[in-house]
Amino acid sequence: MATVTHVKKACTVNPLKMSQPIGAALAFMGLRGAMPLLHGSQGCTSFGLVLFVRHFKEAIPLQTTAMSEVATVLGGYDNVEQAILNIHKRTKPEIIGICSTGVTETKGDDVEGYIRLVRERHAEVADLPLVYVSTPDFKDAFQDGWGKAVTRMVQELVAAPPADAVRDPARVTILPGCHMTPGDLDELRTILEDFGLKPSFLPDLAGSLDGHIPEDFTPTTIGGIGVDDVAGLGASSWAIAIGEQMRPAAEALRDRTGVPFRLFPRLCGLEATDAFIMFLSEISGRPVPVKYRRQRGQLVDAMLDGHFHIGGRKVAIGAEPDLLAHVGGMLHAMGAHITAAVTTTHSPVLAGVETDEVLIGDLEDLERRARERGCDLLITHSHGRQAAARLGIPFFRMGLPLFDRLGAGHLVSVGYCGARDLIFALSNLVMADTEQHHEATPDTWRVVDGDGAQSKGEAA
Amino acid sequence: MSSLSATIQDVFNEPGCAKNATKSAADRKKGCTKQLQPGGAAGGCAFDGAKIALQPLTDVAHLVHGPIACEGNSWDNRGAKSSGPTLWRTGFTTDINETDIVFGGEKRLFKAIREIIEKYDPPAVFVYQTCIPAMTGDDINAVCKAAREKFGKPVIPVNSPGFVGPKNLGNKLAGEALLDHVIGTEEPDETTPYDINIIGEYNLSGELWQVKPLLDELGIRILSCISGDGRYREVAYSHRARAAMMVCSKAMINVARKMEERYGIPFFEGSFYGIGDTSDSLRQIARLLVDRGAPSDLLDRTEALIAREEARAWAAIAPLKPRFAGKKVLLITGGVKSWSVVAALQEAGLELVGTSVKKSTKEDKERIKELLGQDAHMIEDMTPREMYRLLKDAKADIMLSGGRSQFVALKAAMPWLDINQERHHAYMGYVGMVTLMEQIARTLFNPVWEQVRRPAPWDDPANTWQARADAQLAAEAADPEKVEQARRAGAICTCKGVDLGTIEDAVRAHGLTSLDDVRRHTAAGTGCGACASRVEDVLAALPALAAE
Repeated sequence: MATVTHVKKACTVNPLKMSQPIGAALAFMGLRGAMPLLHGSQGCTSFGLVLFVRHFKEAIPLQTTAMSEVATVLGGYDNVEQAILNIHKRTKPEIIGICSTGVTETKGDDVEGYIRLVRERHAEVADLPLVYVSTPDFKDAFQDGWGKAVTRMVQELVAAPPADAVRDPARVTILPGCHMTPGDLDELRTILEDFGLKPSFLPDLAGSLDGHIPEDFTPTTIGGIGVDDVAGLGASSWAIAIGEQMRPAAEALRDRTGVPFRLFPRLCGLEATDAFIMFLSEISGRPVPVKYRRQRGQLVDAMLDGHFHIGGRKVAIGAEPDLLAHVGGMLHAMGAHITAAVTTTHSPVLAGVETDEVLIGDLEDLERRARERGCDLLITHSHGRQAAARLGIPFFRMGLPLFDRLGAGHLVSVGYCGARDLIFALSNLVMADTEQHHEATPDTWRVVDGDGAQSKGEAA
Repeated sequence: MSSLSATIQDVFNEPGCAKNATKSAADRKKGCTKQLQPGGAAGGCAFDGAKIALQPLTDVAHLVHGPIACEGNSWDNRGAKSSGPTLWRTGFTTDINETDIVFGGEKRLFKAIREIIEKYDPPAVFVYQTCIPAMTGDDINAVCKAAREKFGKPVIPVNSPGFVGPKNLGNKLAGEALLDHVIGTEEPDETTPYDINIIGEYNLSGELWQVKPLLDELGIRILSCISGDGRYREVAYSHRARAAMMVCSKAMINVARKMEERYGIPFFEGSFYGIGDTSDSLRQIARLLVDRGAPSDLLDRTEALIAREEARAWAAIAPLKPRFAGKKVLLITGGVKSWSVVAALQEAGLELVGTSVKKSTKEDKERIKELLGQDAHMIEDMTPREMYRLLKDAKADIMLSGGRSQFVALKAAMPWLDINQERHHAYMGYVGMVTLMEQIARTLFNPVWEQVRRPAPWDDPANTWQARADAQLAAEAADPEKVEQARRAGAICTCKGVDLGTIEDAVRAHGLTSLDDVRRHTAAGTGCGACASRVEDVLAALPALAAE
């Protein structure tokens, strides 16, 4: 339905987009005992580190090859070698995920070759899982980096099952996009388990970045899916990919192990959740548990209660493609109009977003469109706060980074319950805004000097 | 690039830096930068440092020439405050793509500057160089010059790509950009004998405003603050100030010293953290101004204000004293601010543990700062069990620190207060110190600690990690071998990861007597060099061994 356009300007103002390497690094944080390593200057890592610390309010494992100017020009073999050896010595990780950056890609470092050489020269890391993903900053966006990293994990870590291997009918691999919060993953886990299924998440941020208090700290990730569990994903009977960004990973898993997949481009709202629940019922061979029949009723009721507030709203959304489609679908179904939509990168999912135009641009573009088109609800990540204040419209924070409110990791939008609570949160926000800024006064509808203006009331 | 490397060399030669002055010519050439260790490094890059130093200039458009990572991942993430303009919080970046890398990004950069001037009309545009365009050879100086001529507006190149070094170097390179292109380019409408510059203060959490009313009352005018709540024009005419205060971080010592050299503006290093330090700084400002011709009654008026404010602050802190009696604080930070609050903490009746804090001569303060900085690094790698042990060993009731150590402390369910730059409260001047004491009280006596330390009702209370840590501590204390092991594992040089035992063994084995000997044998002290004094302590403690 939507046409995708690219903004024509030289200067990005108030970026919506974040870079690929940190998207890839976050994916590695969903593995147990992992240390993501950015191959670049140390700033590349520290910016990502600060961003995630502020979002998750947790200690974040992330290392750097600390490329200097000279090393960049001469090539980074020594730095990659030293970084791997140092990390191995200091933190004993179960896996190191290496992501390239703009600097090292511009030079053209052959990191795969470096890794082979490091393994040959240093017996202690010969068998240490090392997964490399190419993620130059000057291309694509955060969700692309996440998707590429997961694809590489599948290619490097999943074992090809023997020809006579028997699949476990209950085992399901979930490949969640980066728009799924740790809270979403926990909700999905519960739902699958209620159907008697045994889900494995790749990656599993719910294990590592859900804010639990561990017994002991390690400098690497605490929780997440183990490398050995990833190796065994080929024994799954099905894979479920969430978000178009996960299609390449799902295809890689199918090609390597023959595990079929079903991709859910969006998973928010009644229709999407119905499709998901029916799929689970089908693959598990079980009827839908009573619990979900009740929850569906609650969602329907919430939609009825909420549509008074959300219906007719002109919403401005700034989000990565999969999150845009995910939440946009639910809002459209509630009668909201997606009046301004800005995203970060190309994706097949954009064409289906329920709006006329999706712009690949920045928050300046979103703010201008929201103003011109009279939007009365803004949904984007925390960087929308300045625009929201200038526009004077209610602002719902969604996406990453979400640094100026608590609970980023536990915002749930999937399942009947997730959609129900999201509808309540949005409706309450809109109601509070109405009470604060749009209460009727005796002068609200008074026509002043025949110009039809209602400004008299405010001036008084 | 040759001019950039010349600038970097110049910054490394900074004669105003006391640490630098004690180095050999060879060491100085290597620079004051801590060697970055792949896989073991933490902290920002030179670009980050330059942006931190200049971004608080509120009416300037800050344009980052680079890929999305440099600005997209980090914009609007600092706690500096503005009393007016908001443009500095707008993120501008060229967001370069593959085409710009292959064909050069200069055209895009020029167009970006034009778009910003057309849409936002700022008094100046600052252009930040980053690694990729520095590699591909985009000449931002030339683009800025062309744009300046075309649009008739200051367009300032800030040459500090990330890969030239750490954050600290970037602070100084930012200062060089101001010295080369901004300072001295405009004239103030009027000057007074009471005009000062404050250099290296960023107005985080608005804390400059905790001190400004006092200066206002004394009739002292901040002609220019570089850069907290600053305006472009104020920096441009800052060369007309009578005196300057360099806020104690050395981040911009080159600016203070060169302004003294070029414009005869005397400066002192001072701090507004801590009651005594605030009073000292006010005194020094008054003294410098009077030396430069301000009426001498300023001195008396300053003393009167100091007496009044100190009395007021102590009166506000006094009610807390009985509550603080016997409470112990473990103060750990990589920042430079904590050591100047030491006196205030002690005055409030809190006892400091874990750091050797006795006198307050300048050298001692340097020493404390160094020690605190080193400890902060180690804390970040700690497990909660080790953290628990540290707090138990120190018998501390609360920890003051910053950075990532907060999560370790909080997960260990230890009362903890943020005193680094990400904190939400302003702690400067007299009022700020009172706020800090109130925050300590609020944290220390919060019942939440007792709640969160409780084991889950289904857990065996004898088998929680705290209980296990206690048992482990007791076992270790009872076993002399373990005690010795723990003693030897104490880190001396964090850059190179050398512990006490390694140094002692080397001293014993080779009869080492000097710092250089130890450096050669163990690599300790070959990184940032900050551990030199610790190594000397080890040597001093082992004279008998060395003689054997």
